[in-house]
Amino acid sequence: MGTNSSMTRRDFLATSAAGLVIGFFLPGGGKRLLAEPPAGGGASLNAFLRIAPDNTVTVLLKHVEMGQGVATSLPMVIAEELGCDWKNVKSEHAPAAPQYFHTAFGMQITGGSTSTWESFTQLRKAGATARAMLIAAAADRWGIDSKACTTENGFVVNGGNRLSYGDLAEAASKLKAPKEVALKEEKDWKLIGKRVKRLDTPDKVTGKAEFGMDVKRPGMLYAAILRPPFGGKVKGFQCDVARSLPNVVDIIEIPGGVAVVAKNSWAARRAAAAVVVEWDRGDGAGLSTAKMKEEYRALAKTRGAKAAEKGDAEAALAKAGKVIEAEFELPYLAHAPMEPLNCTVEIGEDGCDIWTGTQSPGIDQAAAAKILGLKADKVRVHTPFLGGGFGRRANPRADFVSEACEVAKAMKVPVQVQWSREDDIRGGYYRPMWTSRIRATLNEKKMPAAWSHTLVGQSIMEGTPFGAMMIKDGVDVTSVEGAANSPYLSSIPDHRVELHSPKSPVTVLWWRSVGHTHTAFVVECFIDELAWAAGIDPVNYRLDLLKDHPRHKRVLEKAAGEFGWGNELPVAHAAGVAVHESFGSFVAHAVEVSVENGKVRVHRVVSAVDCGPVVNPDTVEAQIQSGIVYGLSAALKGEITFSQGEVEQSNFHNYAILRMTEMPKIDVHIIESTDPMGGVGEPGVPPIAPAVANALFMLTKKRVRSLPIRL
Amino acid sequence: MKFTLNGKPQEVAVPDDMPLLWVLRDALGLTGTKFGCGMGLCGACTVQVDGKAARSCATRGGDVAGKSVTTIEGVAAGDSPVVKAWCELDVAQCGYCQPGQVMAASALLESNANPSDDDIDKALMGNLCRCGTYQRIRGAVKRAVEIRGGK
Repeated sequence: MGTNSSMTRRDFLATSAAGLVIGFFLPGGGKRLLAEPPAGGGASLNAFLRIAPDNTVTVLLKHVEMGQGVATSLPMVIAEELGCDWKNVKSEHAPAAPQYFHTAFGMQITGGSTSTWESFTQLRKAGATARAMLIAAAADRWGIDSKACTTENGFVVNGGNRLSYGDLAEAASKLKAPKEVALKEEKDWKLIGKRVKRLDTPDKVTGKAEFGMDVKRPGMLYAAILRPPFGGKVKGFQCDVARSLPNVVDIIEIPGGVAVVAKNSWAARRAAAAVVVEWDRGDGAGLSTAKMKEEYRALAKTRGAKAAEKGDAEAALAKAGKVIEAEFELPYLAHAPMEPLNCTVEIGEDGCDIWTGTQSPGIDQAAAAKILGLKADKVRVHTPFLGGGFGRRANPRADFVSEACEVAKAMKVPVQVQWSREDDIRGGYYRPMWTSRIRATLNEKKMPAAWSHTLVGQSIMEGTPFGAMMIKDGVDVTSVEGAANSPYLSSIPDHRVELHSPKSPVTVLWWRSVGHTHTAFVVECFIDELAWAAGIDPVNYRLDLLKDHPRHKRVLEKAAGEFGWGNELPVAHAAGVAVHESFGSFVAHAVEVSVENGKVRVHRVVSAVDCGPVVNPDTVEAQIQSGIVYGLSAALKGEITFSQGEVEQSNFHNYAILRMTEMPKIDVHIIESTDPMGGVGEPGVPPIAPAVANALFMLTKKRVRSLPIRL
Repeated sequence: MKFTLNGKPQEVAVPDDMPLLWVLRDALGLTGTKFGCGMGLCGACTVQVDGKAARSCATRGGDVAGKSVTTIEGVAAGDSPVVKAWCELDVAQCGYCQPGQVMAASALLESNANPSDDDIDKALMGNLCRCGTYQRIRGAVKRAVEIRGGK
């Protein structure tokens, strides 16, 4: 197997057998549902837009808004082709229905930094098709040929005659959609590529935006759930005291634990604290981070499943004079979105309504249908804004939706389950813990000649419906992404990358940038280490190794140049750099750090990103900044650990995230690029931890080999 | 319990020890104030009590009896330079923490019309943003100072 044969996520997307996944998730075998009747008025021209008589264009979002800006960027793509007045555009989340399936994943999901590129052509066509139908409706009314008509900012025009889209929408919606439509040429784009202001800002800033937690239904009760420790289940529980507290309605056992149902959030929370549950702790009883680390370290010294191989790395290492070796350790991490998980379920005579901030409404719909014994199309998933997702709100096991369905089913009234922050931090579905061991040798030109990398960490995909597609010959592609297909390997004649996937009762999930969260750290720190061993400037060393990887080179040169790499820094400040590709985009960060009062202080980050053509540069900039901060929180603070079966962290005091006072100045430079479009939600994360670690080496002359960074 | 809510008298029948956050959200239906941590650690629930920023999740409802409470709904109903600045700079991403950020920034500007960078950082360090919008928040506070006619 050559190094480049490792399947990248994009390859997976391009080749996945969508039918298999649809069949799994949609009871009924993927039968096409009819378009939902529009909830907010206006005529549907297709699944993605409707136009009201007052000219309001409502775009239905196939991807959910969780901060990444799709509620603005996807409408921009449609509006560009539709030719409407941008001032009249609104957007709302689409319901769970097959029309909104991801063009590559074959299900309705927001993730993998794919939203813009996967729907770009589809949405342009949706806009162009609707425009053609509006023109046809106008031509019918005027009794002329469509070819004599054009459009201007929300009007169909023929000479002095004008009809507004709002006037025409009803008639246009009854016409047959054209099969082929011409799309605008890039030079004629008026919206795409411009800094367009977000549509969701005013409501979010004034508290009007509705999140899942804000949903209220008539007669709704509130529930808090006591969930078992990892690997455990309920043995029994005492709730006499809790039951006697004011406003408590019931305390019941459900498959996912013990649910405390009350008339308000606080009563449920307070009563939950008074329930004493006896757990059967099962195989999670002795969970201990220290013990797991020992096991992982031992495994890292043994042969694993082959993820990439060229030549004979072991033989080359054995005969080499000097072997450079390093072991890296990264902890479990919680996503900790600001809005704790929650889900509201109302079961009625005609099926069930669910309100929840979810990245995967189709998966949740299928899970709810199964629990409630309903057909999928009788489960209506309504998606309010998501108060952060970062991967946690796309769970193949639909955990937070399933448990809410169980409670509502038992209580027979609308129920909102709210997670506390403690539930969230201790609730699992973490970024897996990782150990990586790398050994390498340098040739006479001081470049890497042999490279052996062994990774140890739980598989995210195993046991999920994605496993069949994403685990190949014992290798979960997401475990080794960024390591098995590292661009550096292409110039190393003898190399191998191997993987161990130990099992644990601790649940794991994709965490903003998935495998890249650990592989970028390991690879970019180790390359830096080799550069210093070679006595070559780390930027130049990388540029030499990346000579056949123009997009990597381009962002690295840009970040280093804009940073002023090599220029003198203030006393006791140091610089570090890292570059990494993920989700089809290329990002380099150059950072300036110091140590203040025994703590790492990141002063500035200069970032360059090549994500191909850009829809909204303001969004790209915001997402790269966001990824940097998310990655810095992990690099400097984030850690979930276990002792005697218990998670040792519980809330933001001991699972800390970056604060305002610690915020570096960030400059983001977007490379003008005609290369394929990539994502931007995640790619800012991977290179920040290694850039900071590499800078710290300059100050302390000690290598950072574990996260969070401890000086 | 009687208090002033967004400038108007308010009466509500809730236990004294119910946190103000839940009085506002569950009893009074004002959902702009957000639950984030329940321990006064994240600032998502920030309101103003007698003009000062307060964590409503860690404030007993009974403790605001007779006092004046302002929530994001109150600030948004007025002509808020902070809201304007936040919109101009497109600060929000997921948006969940932003009402709390706006409340903290508004309280800062009421007590300090020309805050330094350090003042801004310190006043807002208790308000967490998982999307990492801090850079734009800094910019928006400065813009709000300009809109208010400060320096």
